[in-house]
Amino acid sequence: MSRRARLALFAVAAAALAVTLGIGLAGLPSFGSQVSSYAKLLNVLAPRQRHVTDVVSAVTFDYRGIDTLFEEFILLGAVAGISMLLRPLSDEVRELPEDKVPDRAIPPPSPAVWLLAVLLSSLLALIGLETVTHGVLTPGGGFQAGVVLASAIYVVYLGTNYTTVERYQPDALLEASDGVGAFGFVVIGLLGLLAGDVFLTNVVGLGVTGNMIAGGTIALLNLTVGLEVAGGFAILASEFLDQTAVIRTRTKQ
Amino acid sequence: MSVLAYGVVAWLFLIGLYGVVTSRNLIHMVVCVSVAQSATDVLLLEIGYRAGGHAPVFVSLPAHPGPAVDAVTQALALTDVVVGATVTALLLALAVQVHKRAGTLDPDALRATKE
Repeated sequence: MSRRARLALFAVAAAALAVTLGIGLAGLPSFGSQVSSYAKLLNVLAPRQRHVTDVVSAVTFDYRGIDTLFEEFILLGAVAGISMLLRPLSDEVRELPEDKVPDRAIPPPSPAVWLLAVLLSSLLALIGLETVTHGVLTPGGGFQAGVVLASAIYVVYLGTNYTTVERYQPDALLEASDGVGAFGFVVIGLLGLLAGDVFLTNVVGLGVTGNMIAGGTIALLNLTVGLEVAGGFAILASEFLDQTAVIRTRTKQ
Repeated sequence: MSVLAYGVVAWLFLIGLYGVVTSRNLIHMVVCVSVAQSATDVLLLEIGYRAGGHAPVFVSLPAHPGPAVDAVTQALALTDVVVGATVTALLLALAVQVHKRAGTLDPDALRATKE
């Protein structure tokens, strides 16, 4: 199909879609006028029932915890899929770039870049830990913290050369944290069954509202999700970087 | 106010689709998909908004009286963001392999069967 014909077809389809969307959106209650009674109920109940102050965390990890379980496995599946898509193919080989001119070494990153990377990565690691442990209190939690923690590793990539990272990076540890994080969610869910209740019941002691250790399984699930997301996103970045740094076309012998 | 709020959703979705249809580069196309996808985030947050409401975080309540916004749609938006990120990453990985096989990122230059 020519670009012209495609654009014409899109214009017709988009116009129809715009009309349908418009009718649908016009049927919604006017912006900011009301929230569902389910939401109102949860806003009142969650702090009392689950001893957390961040209701979003309570919804994500408790009231709708099963959704989050599937979401977590979507993430695990995607990371596994990307690792498979970006593996060395049959005509490729995985090798570190060798030094062709040993007397002209790659200059190390400048001290300023190195210092900035050290400062930023430790700061990011700290913020990540803060976000994951305060998930039951303030906005934040496992998913956000995992991304921040993975960024700490990204900054290390920036501050040094990738060959060094590739040599010392604990790949097995990252993969394990991805898997253990996902599996931990299921284990915590099974605690509910062991206690004679349904899957993902909040059976751990709830603690005092407003304390950092509160919310029972909500705080624990935050930790496992943080572990999984941090491992997953770190693997993602290293898979993409491997494509340019260590995976190359096999040279004909 | 409603027209503007919900109009943004429709606009984001349609402009994302327009980008997908007219894209000449797979990386650009992936970005367009995430633009279209972000319309759902905006819609979810707008449905859960309540005029004058505060975040559904009850840390220092006396300082923040009044109604709170919907925590359920915010949790759904969180799910949406995570799924959106995984979709983007998967599509980018596919784009990397397409570039290796076909030597181009222009979707028009790709053919289903190569002679």
